[in-house]
Amino acid sequence: MSQKIRIRDLRKSFGSKTVLDGVSLDLEAHQSLVIIGGSGSGKSVLLKCILGLLRPDSGQIEIDGEDVIAASPARRSLLNQRMGMLFQNGALFDSLTVWENVAFGLMEGRGMPRHDARVVAIKKLAQVGLEEQVGELRPSEISGGMQKRVGLARAIATDPEVIFFDEPTTGLDPIMGDIINDLIVRCVKEAKASALTITHDMASARKIGDRIAMLYQGKIIWSGAAAEIEQSHSPHVDQFIHGRAEGPIKMAVRA
Amino acid sequence: MTRVSPSAPASLMKGFIGLLARIGRLFLGFLAATGRLALFVPMVLRHCFTPPFYPRLIVQQMVSIGYFSLPVVGLTAVFTGMVLVLQTYTGFARFSAESAVPNVLVISITRELGPVLAGLMIAGRVGAAIAAEIGTMRVTEQIDALTTLSTNPFKYLIAPRVIAGVTMLPLLVLVADSIGVFGGYVISVYNLGFNPTLYLKNSWGFVTQIDIISGLVKAALFGFIVTVMGCYHGYHSKGGAQGVGAATTTSVVSSSILILCSNYFVASLFFGT
Repeated sequence: MSQKIRIRDLRKSFGSKTVLDGVSLDLEAHQSLVIIGGSGSGKSVLLKCILGLLRPDSGQIEIDGEDVIAASPARRSLLNQRMGMLFQNGALFDSLTVWENVAFGLMEGRGMPRHDARVVAIKKLAQVGLEEQVGELRPSEISGGMQKRVGLARAIATDPEVIFFDEPTTGLDPIMGDIINDLIVRCVKEAKASALTITHDMASARKIGDRIAMLYQGKIIWSGAAAEIEQSHSPHVDQFIHGRAEGPIKMAVRA
Repeated sequence: MTRVSPSAPASLMKGFIGLLARIGRLFLGFLAATGRLALFVPMVLRHCFTPPFYPRLIVQQMVSIGYFSLPVVGLTAVFTGMVLVLQTYTGFARFSAESAVPNVLVISITRELGPVLAGLMIAGRVGAAIAAEIGTMRVTEQIDALTTLSTNPFKYLIAPRVIAGVTMLPLLVLVADSIGVFGGYVISVYNLGFNPTLYLKNSWGFVTQIDIISGLVKAALFGFIVTVMGCYHGYHSKGGAQGVGAATTTSVVSSSILILCSNYFVASLFFGT
């Protein structure tokens, strides 16, 4: 299998605080990788480095064998056309309607005419279980679960090769969370895409992931097939997946 | 009765050093902000002049910055013209120079009050709105989302606003000039008993091209200042609602101060000896 994304020894610090401390990671084509880790473990920073929103201090990020850290803004923009991203809180443009949000990447990124883009947007909305009428509403007029679906529709609108999910179930009730998980699995399969998800929701990680990697203190401390995570033999992983307060992971809690 | 503890000089010293440290931090923060702005402005300029352009967004911003500011700017101008005539009249009457009132009014409005007051009103109305909107987009990750959708936020968000600001402010100032002079005219003729024909003749005959042009150049500069400061503070805002609030305040305060400072320098460029 070919590697879609290859990360080697990635480092990023903010001031004196080291967030990524030598992360190495591979995402194979057509595979779904889930990165788990506690709050503040550097998951979001890792994702932003891959998407080019943050510049790492050192290390390599290769997408289809191309080193993208040094890529020019124009090249970066082309690369981003092959990727889709579902943001944690949707990050929908509130000045646009729902269908314009979904069609944004097609219209602005690829220059597709409005009329054609609208047709695609309605199709993608149907794919995530939303009716055509919802397309005319503003993002502020729909519920959190629906916003998540619209975000998902926007992420898959350009038929990307890699889709990123930033905590897809955070802020949803368990049932809606599971519905979103199912949608993600289905959309990734239908699009024949690779997926990289960051989450701390183990139910979601087990459902979405083919492989799971755990990020702790800026390093990948365990990675393996999703089914093997119960037999990780790592006390850190065990503590995390069972959600125990006692264990080797000490959360920074202010007294 | 006060009791001086033996460690008083030491704690005094500590307080003094703390004060110095605060001044130092403020100064460093100021330098850092200046540096960031110095990097930000050339980026904005580059993206204003290179494609892709978003004509629809530029027009949209022109309407919201230009057209919707007309009432505010018009009201400011008309009352400024009115009060200016009233005050100059009572002042000049002391040495029988009332006939100079129309000349003073038209010069003050076109050279200074039109552009500066319009600029300040726009800083409050438009600059704050820009900072709040872009700041909210920043903290809700909408700006990151733009990037992931292959759209440059500088071109999509910032360039249209700056282009609209630079082109619309001179037009607003032309309107403000006319309305301001009209306000003065109304008070002069209906309240102070000036001859209408003579008043207009004095106004038109006295004002020169350079008076108006200098005002319009200032207006374009103020439009640039207001929109760039609004975009800059919004773009760099962080930390949720509080951060957006701070960005809005800083944007209005800094652009107002920059307007007043740069006003002096442009005036001295045009009219300095």
